[in-house]
Amino acid sequence: MKDTLLRLLNAYGAAGCEGNVTDVLASMVAPHCDEMRTDALGNLICIKKGAGRKVMVCAHMDHIGFVVTDADEKGFLRVGSVGGIRKSASINRRVVFENGVNGVLSNELDDFSADDRKMENLFIDIGAASRDEALSSVSIGDVAVYAPGAFELLNGVVAAPAMDDRAGCAVAVEALKALTDSANEVAFVFSAQEEVGLRGAKAAAYSIDPEIGISIDVTPSGDTPKGPKTAVKLGAGPCVKVRDSSLVCSPKVVRGLEAAAGRLGIAVQREVLTMGGNDAAAMQLTRAGVLAGTISIACRYVHSASEAVSLPDCERAAALLVEFLRNPLGE
Amino acid sequence: MVLRELCRLRGASGDEGRVRDFVRIHSEKYADSVTVDRMGNLLAFKKGASSHKHVMLAAHMDEVGFIVVGINDNGLLSYEPVGAIDPRAVISKPVLVGDNEVPGVIGAKAIHLQTKAEFEKMLRHDDLYMDIGAQSKAEAEKLVEPGDYATFASDWREFGEGLVKSKALDDRVGVMALMSILENEYPCDITCAFTVQEEVGLRGAICAGYNVEADEAIALEGTTANDLGDVPDPLKVCRVGRGVAISFMDRTSIANRPLFQRLRDTAIAAGIPWQLKQFIAGGNDAGAIQLSRGGVPTAVLSVPCRNIHSASSVASFSDIEAQFSLVDRYLRRECK
Repeated sequence: MKDTLLRLLNAYGAAGCEGNVTDVLASMVAPHCDEMRTDALGNLICIKKGAGRKVMVCAHMDHIGFVVTDADEKGFLRVGSVGGIRKSASINRRVVFENGVNGVLSNELDDFSADDRKMENLFIDIGAASRDEALSSVSIGDVAVYAPGAFELLNGVVAAPAMDDRAGCAVAVEALKALTDSANEVAFVFSAQEEVGLRGAKAAAYSIDPEIGISIDVTPSGDTPKGPKTAVKLGAGPCVKVRDSSLVCSPKVVRGLEAAAGRLGIAVQREVLTMGGNDAAAMQLTRAGVLAGTISIACRYVHSASEAVSLPDCERAAALLVEFLRNPLGE
Repeated sequence: MVLRELCRLRGASGDEGRVRDFVRIHSEKYADSVTVDRMGNLLAFKKGASSHKHVMLAAHMDEVGFIVVGINDNGLLSYEPVGAIDPRAVISKPVLVGDNEVPGVIGAKAIHLQTKAEFEKMLRHDDLYMDIGAQSKAEAEKLVEPGDYATFASDWREFGEGLVKSKALDDRVGVMALMSILENEYPCDITCAFTVQEEVGLRGAICAGYNVEADEAIALEGTTANDLGDVPDPLKVCRVGRGVAISFMDRTSIANRPLFQRLRDTAIAAGIPWQLKQFIAGGNDAGAIQLSRGGVPTAVLSVPCRNIHSASSVASFSDIEAQFSLVDRYLRRECK
């Protein structure tokens, strides 16, 4: 799990530019699946064939970033947001482009607030001295992300940018490798463009047409000082989502996940999120409707350069997913 | 001029019939099949000469406007905007109300009567009213009823060096380009989708994208040019007279990278003036079409419009020409 996660965390992959993550994932899972394809939105779809129920597993490859909209005469790049950028978590951070160009994301000082969503007063300094020099290194439309750099804390906690949702991708990869004896047809989708509106998952769910859809994603952990108001804790096991702002999970899937955890004897936490959304919502409303749910990984500092999760939580999430896929609805 | 005719037609979102009738007469002359789906989109299909690739081209027929929501005792009409309209852009503007084109003016309390606090506060649509000259509720009720649409009454005026001022340039420019495309022969199959209800949430395109089931799609739009006054360069979005704007990203879609690059390469190779849409703003039919069925690669080509969503949007004939030329050359060059 740890090696898989670290390899995935190092791959560049902003929303809309997931190609590098796709390549890393494809090399990991190719020997273990029957069919693999990409689609118009940039999803990587990996199928394990079976005659039973059709289940879609979805973890998103993309993460948030800053898209270059222009460069000024002095060579500073102007940016727009790609996904839910928190300005306060971004100031004076190292950022990196797909071609390896480094920069510092910083802000104008006059009349500045870190609490709004205005991106016009942010810029990226790549060290260029003029507009021409800047735009010879980076093109308008290129997207910068928080520079990779995972580090370990105590108790198997790992922090890095892009943990949302490479942690979910790593869980899906490990489950895909471990799932050797399922009668069900499982489509593992590594989805694109989740952070800009669950776009990849919507198209993938249509083409797969599953009966059951399960996403693997991070959720804010409520265990930091005066932190988010949620009962979810780091290290207390994978979370079974009940609802968030984007969907009410199918009770059948919630019960199916809890039953699978019971069969394994692992602890799970129920997650009720009063905000946020995830790919399960896109799957749920596809065609005539899909039984949708989510295994969440508790994560501190979501949408920052230090998104922190517990490795044991990830390992147990993978085990839970495998058991669920063998017998999704506890029959 | 076809564009002038198109801009004159009244067609707020949900009330596109007049535009559709105009487009239908033209399409039936040139397309292999013309259908109107249940949502009201007009889909004109034309078989390609040599390729089975199916390209969808989309332009929306609707324009921003107003809908009457109530008639007050004093004969004034309460209204809601249909689509995004800045209340500051409507005060004292003439409108036409309902199918009978009852003339009206949107009014606010006169400046002499406003308190300082009122003067400094931005007026909202709720604070404004539509005056059709009626003296009483009963008199107004003879002329209009709640649910009637109103549109800006605004002349077509050519001025400056190749500029035009009109209402509804967003997106009659795209509609006109697609009507011209239909007159030509291309190697690939094309469907020109004239969509409805774009301004209220890309609603027509959701169904059109599903119904057309294309291999790729290009939305032709009118988009914001914020190039007047003291606006820093990065916030200008795109500039009137600098060519067709190619989007890499907006609020509803990220352009399919290979398609984006092929369009840009086509513009460069053919010497067609083009620019990037440089600010992440707005959304358009591509956002809906890309998510239809199992996903469709999409891109957006726009004509920059100043004062968009107002009675007096301004565009350049050279940009309008460039939008058509780029689509035309792309279909000839890339879709063999």
